[in-house]
Amino acid sequence: MSTVTLEAVSKHYGDAVAVARVDLDVAQGELVVLLGPSGCGKTTTLRMIAGFIEATSGTIRIGARDVTNDPPYRRNVGLVFQNYALFPHLTVFENVAFGLRRRKVAEADIARRVASALEMVQLGALAQRLPRQMSGGQQQRVALARALVIEPDVLLLDEPLSNLDAKLRQDVRVEIRRLQQSLGLTTIMVTHDQEEAMTMGDRLVVMSGGLVQQTGSPRALYQRPANRFVAGFVGRSNFLDGRATGSGFVTKSGWQLRADHDLGAAGTLMLRPEAIQVGTGGPNEASGTVEDVTYLGAATELSVRLDGGDFLFVHETVDAGRSRGDRIALTVPPAALVGLSD
Amino acid sequence: MVRGRNAGERAGRAVYNLAVAGGFVFMVLPILLVLWLSLFSNEILTFPPDGYSLRWYQGLLGQQQFIAGFLTSLQVAVLATVLGLLVSVPASLALTRLEFRGRQAILQLLLAPLVVPAIVIGTSLYVLFVEIEIATDLPAVGSVVGLSLAHVLITIPWCVRLVTANLIGVNPAIEEAAASLGARPATVVFKVTLPLIWPGIVAAGLFGFVTSFGNLEISLFLIAPGQTTLPIAILQYLAWKIDPTIAAVSAMQILVIAAGLLITDRFVSLSRVV
Repeated sequence: MSTVTLEAVSKHYGDAVAVARVDLDVAQGELVVLLGPSGCGKTTTLRMIAGFIEATSGTIRIGARDVTNDPPYRRNVGLVFQNYALFPHLTVFENVAFGLRRRKVAEADIARRVASALEMVQLGALAQRLPRQMSGGQQQRVALARALVIEPDVLLLDEPLSNLDAKLRQDVRVEIRRLQQSLGLTTIMVTHDQEEAMTMGDRLVVMSGGLVQQTGSPRALYQRPANRFVAGFVGRSNFLDGRATGSGFVTKSGWQLRADHDLGAAGTLMLRPEAIQVGTGGPNEASGTVEDVTYLGAATELSVRLDGGDFLFVHETVDAGRSRGDRIALTVPPAALVGLSD
Repeated sequence: MVRGRNAGERAGRAVYNLAVAGGFVFMVLPILLVLWLSLFSNEILTFPPDGYSLRWYQGLLGQQQFIAGFLTSLQVAVLATVLGLLVSVPASLALTRLEFRGRQAILQLLLAPLVVPAIVIGTSLYVLFVEIEIATDLPAVGSVVGLSLAHVLITIPWCVRLVTANLIGVNPAIEEAAASLGARPATVVFKVTLPLIWPGIVAAGLFGFVTSFGNLEISLFLIAPGQTTLPIAILQYLAWKIDPTIAAVSAMQILVIAAGLLITDRFVSLSRVV
């Protein structure tokens, strides 16, 4: 296992910029998730690390090795694809053995290492099956075993859960995370699913338009998003336009809120729906009318139009049986205010 | 409402079945007719036949030109198919896997023999071969190798078409997975790509073989005096005699090709790749 370093890596297609000067340091044993909507450059970045796309400029290092101009077959990376990409004409055993045979490993060692790799993903009994005789979840675990058996310097996961149904996705997600942590695998994963990213990543890299918008732990991204895009992409949020004052924020409609920290020169105020309390008893109170009620299970989402004109989504965890047109009082704790500059 | 839709659906299905059956009969009837005619005992074809016999099949054994023609056709078709595949498979790999200037032009060039009338190809090749003979003193016209090389031209379009179609159908991630596992480009081709499109290659070979085996126009120009292919032998026989011998020859040809199709289908499901 190894570290991965990207220095000002860019990819241009003619005038179109797919990835713009991405810097990234992935530590030994860390799982970093590239997160963003389709077309944000996350897959292009991953494919540049794998060697399928040539970087227009910049440097890619695996450990101390500069691999920027190496072909894929010399990079020693393990890859797991969205559509499994198993070799359909080979048995599970031969699929997993493929990388070892390319490395001229002795036959006895191949048998031993393939068996233990399949054991690791709990598929030891199915070594002689063909891929088409297996479920999607099993195929993805074979793909994982195939990528890991070569002892790669870095594991690359390209939307590994997107083709699985909800229940399996949960299982495979847990399995990948367990293996990644127990083997100390340096891993880079691409996904458009923010929940997947939040639950699996040590660190998230949110991308949009080929640019890195923010890099940080799931907690940092959620609590202190760098901009409106990150806030909107990671979790549900309310955005109120206005301006920061010395002691808080005033919205365009004139609602004054107090903060317990400096909001800088923020032009937008972000409030998480679950951070807003129902009831009175704080410095930032407001009253309004419930416009819509959506039951989410663990919480109920209320759409509230404040008397001052502002609009908020509020998550209430007690099922209070509210309905449209009900009057409601809200309180925003001063710590919940997040100022965004754009 | 529901009844109306059911009735409409049923009528639609009836029309569909009728069309399928009609098409099937249209294609199979001539073949069955040939097989039937080959069993007539009459010297001159008349309806209804006076009786049935296998004498035309027995007679074939004595007709040296049919046996020699069959053997020549077989040699030429096998050679042309093998050479055609040797050209078409690498060409298809390059055309589908590499980005280069003139890709479309080369693809069109390889498919062109399908568009140019075979008789034009035959004439042109004859002129070319004669020029080659004059220039090099090597016997081009009338040699089995020369004829096979000419037939390669008509096997290539079929092979390139089927092989490229199969290559495009391969999930690129599978080849990328092989590369990331340490396989060099040549290893990817031999260990992954070719095994995956193997059924397509077999089908391509079969189509090439059938096209070459039945070709008349190109062979007519390039055959040596005294030499013959099966289609030419049939044409020459028809020029002076019409009896069920021709039907018997055709029946033999149909059976050989049908056997080829059936045997191939046992190894690769042709309906999946064509």
